[in-house]
Amino acid sequence: MGQKKIVVAMSGGVDSSVAAALLKEQGYDVIGVTLKTRNWDDTEGRKFGGCCGSSDFYDARSVAQALDIPHYNFDYVNEFRGSVISYFKDSYMKAETPNPCIACNQYVKFDRLLHHAQALGADLLATGHYARVERHDGPPTTTSGVTVKTPSGTTAESSSPQASGGDPSFVLKKAVDLSKDQSYVLYHLGQEQLSRVRFPVGEFSKPEIREIARKYGLITADKPDSQEICFVPNNDYRGFIASEIPQEERPAGPIRYKDGTLLGQHQGLPFYTVGQRGGLGLAVGRPLYVMALQRESNTLVVGEKADVFADSLEIREVSWVSGAAPVLPRSVSVKIRYKHTEARAVLMDPRQGRSATEPLADANAVVASGMTTIKAVFEQPQSAVTPGQAAVFYEGDVVLGGGVIDHVID
Amino acid sequence: MKKTIYLDHNATTALRPEALEAMLPYLRNHYGNASSIYQLGQDARKAIDQARSKLAQVIGAGNPEEIVLTGGGSEAINWAIKGVALSAKDKGRHIVTTKIEHSAVMNSCKYLESLGWHVTYVGVDWHGYVNPNHIREAITKDTVLVSVMHANNEIGTLEPIGEIGQICRQKGVPFHVDAVQTVGKIPVSVEELNCDLLSMAAHKFYGPKGVGALYVRPGMRMHSFIHGGSHERNRRAGTENVAGIVGMGAAAEWAQKEMKQEEKHVRHLRDKLEKAIFSKIECVRLNGHPTERMFNTTNLSIEAVEGEGMIIGLDMQGICVSSGSACSSGHTEISHVLKAIGVPLELAKGSVRLSLGRENTAEEIEKAIEVLPKVVERLRAISPIWGDYKKGLRRSVIPAAAGGNPSLPFKDIMDPRQGHSGMTAKG
Repeated sequence: MGQKKIVVAMSGGVDSSVAAALLKEQGYDVIGVTLKTRNWDDTEGRKFGGCCGSSDFYDARSVAQALDIPHYNFDYVNEFRGSVISYFKDSYMKAETPNPCIACNQYVKFDRLLHHAQALGADLLATGHYARVERHDGPPTTTSGVTVKTPSGTTAESSSPQASGGDPSFVLKKAVDLSKDQSYVLYHLGQEQLSRVRFPVGEFSKPEIREIARKYGLITADKPDSQEICFVPNNDYRGFIASEIPQEERPAGPIRYKDGTLLGQHQGLPFYTVGQRGGLGLAVGRPLYVMALQRESNTLVVGEKADVFADSLEIREVSWVSGAAPVLPRSVSVKIRYKHTEARAVLMDPRQGRSATEPLADANAVVASGMTTIKAVFEQPQSAVTPGQAAVFYEGDVVLGGGVIDHVID
Repeated sequence: MKKTIYLDHNATTALRPEALEAMLPYLRNHYGNASSIYQLGQDARKAIDQARSKLAQVIGAGNPEEIVLTGGGSEAINWAIKGVALSAKDKGRHIVTTKIEHSAVMNSCKYLESLGWHVTYVGVDWHGYVNPNHIREAITKDTVLVSVMHANNEIGTLEPIGEIGQICRQKGVPFHVDAVQTVGKIPVSVEELNCDLLSMAAHKFYGPKGVGALYVRPGMRMHSFIHGGSHERNRRAGTENVAGIVGMGAAAEWAQKEMKQEEKHVRHLRDKLEKAIFSKIECVRLNGHPTERMFNTTNLSIEAVEGEGMIIGLDMQGICVSSGSACSSGHTEISHVLKAIGVPLELAKGSVRLSLGRENTAEEIEKAIEVLPKVVERLRAISPIWGDYKKGLRRSVIPAAAGGNPSLPFKDIMDPRQGHSGMTAKG
């Protein structure tokens, strides 16, 4: 004994394979776990990417054997269906565009699996995400008198152990390899979670990771990166929606130009996303862009390229990595989708006016009262601000927090 | 390095040293083909025949020739069922078996069903016990085979094989017994069991894997299963696995020699473990017959715990057990045995099987008694079901949770003969 037990979520890809190898090299007692998120029988005859196919399970097992670590298959089919696939469908039904990887991280990997690992005697959990966690000893930098969000979703007063002086605090940072950085899909992590997670590959570049995999002779060394949603066959999300959401729940409706002119018919709002160009079946002689999905009237609003730019948005379900909101307003960089280049914006209380520069009398008191909605105003208008996607706040390479884009403020 | 505590003897067992010793010469020097005429071949032939005699003696067969050596228990079972069915196909195409058989029996029967045979799967009671009269009632004039297991691998229930054999004999229907879990552990006599075919597997009684045997009563008509040379008197082709067969013979011989003391030792440990579990963990049910049960097996359904989590949690502490559900084809399926005895679906998910063996020690059992409740406690701490139970929002599906006999049937909740619908716990 004596070695620290760590569960590594092994998807069967190269990154989590190397994460396991690096931790083993660092002397951890590594336990490989592969989550079964879909019934393999369902995937028969269909091509699946991601970490749910049985061949990925065999790859993970092969890597575990090569590293001489135990490996288990956890049946998370029900958890995954309940918290990721249902979220994915619900989001489309709300006329939003979901990010299922965030839901999987938030509810499956860094909640259920983290607790599961703990119940099995492993206090730590590692994944193959490209991000970094930094530990800072000493009193946390948070201001007092605020609430701290705990992983269970409840709030605790600042007198809770996490926020009291002397305890280490944890900072979530971008990966060293910025082209692979995945901190965007991890913004929801809090102090308690960060104290128990490791992202070993975040310190390396992708070519270095492949090199390490080759050094260890791992069969996943040259496996292509998965770009797909793991539970959507052939990355055909439209086909998935068509098969998973009954037609009467996604009725066809009007496509209107921004001035209200009827241009045609859409096939059901879930098949469209903000910023989308083309695929609208319109013959107007110039490309039109999706501006908004209006759920109440079941209308798809389209406009010119310039119309999909917006500078103000409301963000809901906001959480802060430090556990406490900063004093608002605050200038940060905001990333509004995975591949978006973050842009400067001012975060403010949604009740503040666009031009308001004065902070509220006690911004933190507002946070303490349970406010999880925030407003962001970009310095430069951004293209395709899409409800349902995450807005993540950065200061340099540090993740401050984030939330879900609720709507564009006109 | 932590020591492994192996409590999964119904899955397989460690090769006993005497069997290993007996095998080594046939892996090293005596490599001859038993069919060869020269001395080297004769050495092998002699060793095989000696092993066959030992096996015949252990199961009370009159003649060693009644023992046909196979490549394991599943092969013996497949051959018994398909061999008899094919041979009797013009006489009738009906087979009688039970709902709790091993998958080798189940899937052989399913295969025959796909070819046009009819199979009756006789139900069992709360304890997994087969009523011989139900077998009698299931036999028709088209029945060409009855197949019932001696002891169930999951819950350990011992079936009234002698009585069933009597019925089969009266009706003139061949009777196959899957004795994979009993040969070498408890006395097995083909005469007392009144059977015509009996399957066994060496690795369940401390012999090597990949070798088994089928007892075939003289006069049985059955097709060959593996065709080829004239091995095993034209009944089972293939160059004999000499070392394996020798190991099986030695294991059987030693198992018989030490049967009484092994049973006493193991039963004592098992009873102690069982008692401790029931006193330390609440909301646990014993699956299987309270008395008519293998002395080494304890199958438990632990409320609000996933069997899979239990196995992994125990494995991390070096304790090997198995669960009542298997992630076989990719689906986590509830054991058909637990279904047949009416364990509610969600309770069946939390089932674990502890099966002890000769090398287990009192210290190991102490350790298991110490670790098991902790693992259960930790898993329950993250279980929403358990949280609801503790808050009084949900009642236990185990009648005995209120105190009393832990193997009490779920009679106030459901009847296993009614199927599984609507049997989830009431909140």
